Amino acid sequence: MTVTTAPPVPLARRVLPLVMLSPAVLVTLAIVFLPMVQALWMSLHDYVLFRPKNFDWVGLKNFISAWNDPVFWTSLRHTVIWIAITVPAQMLLGLATALLLNQNFPWRGLARALVIIPWALPSVVIALMWVWIYDSNYGVLNDLLLRANLIKTSIPWLADPDTALYAIILTLTWQGFPFFAVMILAGLQSIPKSYYEAASIDGASQFRQFWHITLPGLSGVLMTATLLRVIWVANSIDVIFVMTGGGPGYATYTLPLYAFIKARTGLDYGYGSALAVSFTLLLLGFVILYLRRAGRNIA
Amino acid sequence: MMVRNQSKLRRILTVDFPVALILLFTLSPYLWMLLTSLTQESKLFTEGPSIIGATLENYIRLFATVGFGANLLDSFIVAVGTVIVGLALSVPAAYAFSRFRFKGRRLLMLQFLVINMFPLVLLILPLFILMKNLGLVDTYAALIIANSTVAIPFSVWMMTSYIDGIPRSLDEAAMTDGCTRFGALFRVVLPLCTPGIIATGVYIFITAWNEYLYALTLGGRSVKPITVAIQTLIGEYQVEWGLLTAGGIVGAMPATLLFLVIQKRLIAGMTAGAVKG
Repeated sequence: MTVTTAPPVPLARRVLPLVMLSPAVLVTLAIVFLPMVQALWMSLHDYVLFRPKNFDWVGLKNFISAWNDPVFWTSLRHTVIWIAITVPAQMLLGLATALLLNQNFPWRGLARALVIIPWALPSVVIALMWVWIYDSNYGVLNDLLLRANLIKTSIPWLADPDTALYAIILTLTWQGFPFFAVMILAGLQSIPKSYYEAASIDGASQFRQFWHITLPGLSGVLMTATLLRVIWVANSIDVIFVMTGGGPGYATYTLPLYAFIKARTGLDYGYGSALAVSFTLLLLGFVILYLRRAGRNIA
Repeated sequence: MMVRNQSKLRRILTVDFPVALILLFTLSPYLWMLLTSLTQESKLFTEGPSIIGATLENYIRLFATVGFGANLLDSFIVAVGTVIVGLALSVPAAYAFSRFRFKGRRLLMLQFLVINMFPLVLLILPLFILMKNLGLVDTYAALIIANSTVAIPFSVWMMTSYIDGIPRSLDEAAMTDGCTRFGALFRVVLPLCTPGIIATGVYIFITAWNEYLYALTLGGRSVKPITVAIQTLIGEYQVEWGLLTAGGIVGAMPATLLFLVIQKRLIAGMTAGAVKG
């Protein structure tokens, strides 16, 4: 095969990229997009795994059942609370961490290396250690709060329907804020130092510098990271699944978790798929926003 | 720059101390788990976890009675398999994205991006049905395929940004000197992006090692990765926190160590796409 740089573009040059891409594209078509179409298809059928022979077309019946299903609405409400607290908390903590780690201090390298550890841990291990921390009899959280006289008796954080969801939100915040910190830290480095020098010559206070230089300089990164986090936090069900399995009662059900449990323990793949499809449609707005941002960056 | 005029004390109060607090928040759950795993089970409920009289008893019991070894091997096979599949498919694709401009390039790149945005539940239900129909449930292949759904799109993007970082003039020079395009790819581009390939491979390894829901759904008796084994432990040994935390430490160890070794490069790759936003 010869490649020349002179126009017109030889056939090889036009075919080669497609040849190199086709394995990855074909495989993802087969293992991602086809299954998704199948999920859509399943959601329109009555399909329960212990009666695998029955695969009856029911149209939108599963979606109508979801609409009338109180658990669907409970799960949706939890999903909204879940995102609305977790993502801002992660972002604020991440922003503070990034600003601090951007300062000069002797052990900065070490601090930067250690702060991201939660990200590298398996979610099952994260769930395990937080269940231990929250343990109502021997957990360290109750122990500390009792010693500090902040509570009178031990609180069963994960067994109490009023606290369970928020306890898991704290765990998720812990798991996810390093991601924000790392993204924002990278963003901080792209703000020219000369801006700060000019501002301090003009006598701008640290706060004004932060407000007028740092925040506008970070807005792109913040937006991208927030969109990504909304999508991932919404999707993430492994930590909840291990920590409470959705309980007590339905207290920690989120929509994707409900879909997963419906299919896994109820074996109701038709209804489970309908729930998963509904959730995907609800999330689609964020996905499109993110894709538009990312699409602009493709050279 | 901002610190230049501040006294050392002020720096310690405004920087070192808050950083230490954040690190305390970040690390203490992990250290607490480590401490618990080193405490004798009988002492755990009387005196609480303590470094005094630390013992490896829980770890010995973990491997002797629970047989964690086989689970570690399963996780390793699945993770390595996913790395091989992911890299083999994504490196050529990334090269094409980086070096060629063709119709539909943007759309194809976005296609890879969108995959990771879709909820896992949407994929896990049909994948289970698919694997069941193919008779692949409870095999390594099923888990490698499932993990590849995450690994391929991510590594395509990560590798594209690495290859973008290698000047085009280098492969053009090689081709002017008589290399074919494949020659240029294998002799110039691949050697130069070896660090990128390693970082991407490690990233895939970590995510595949840590993955839980696919492992739970598509694994079974014969293929049971470490994450599922840990979760089973939680169910079986509910109050034996010494044993449970030892399991957690062992399960998290490979990914954590790998991560610390490769961290700098990994973060550069992770953020490369997003910073431009």
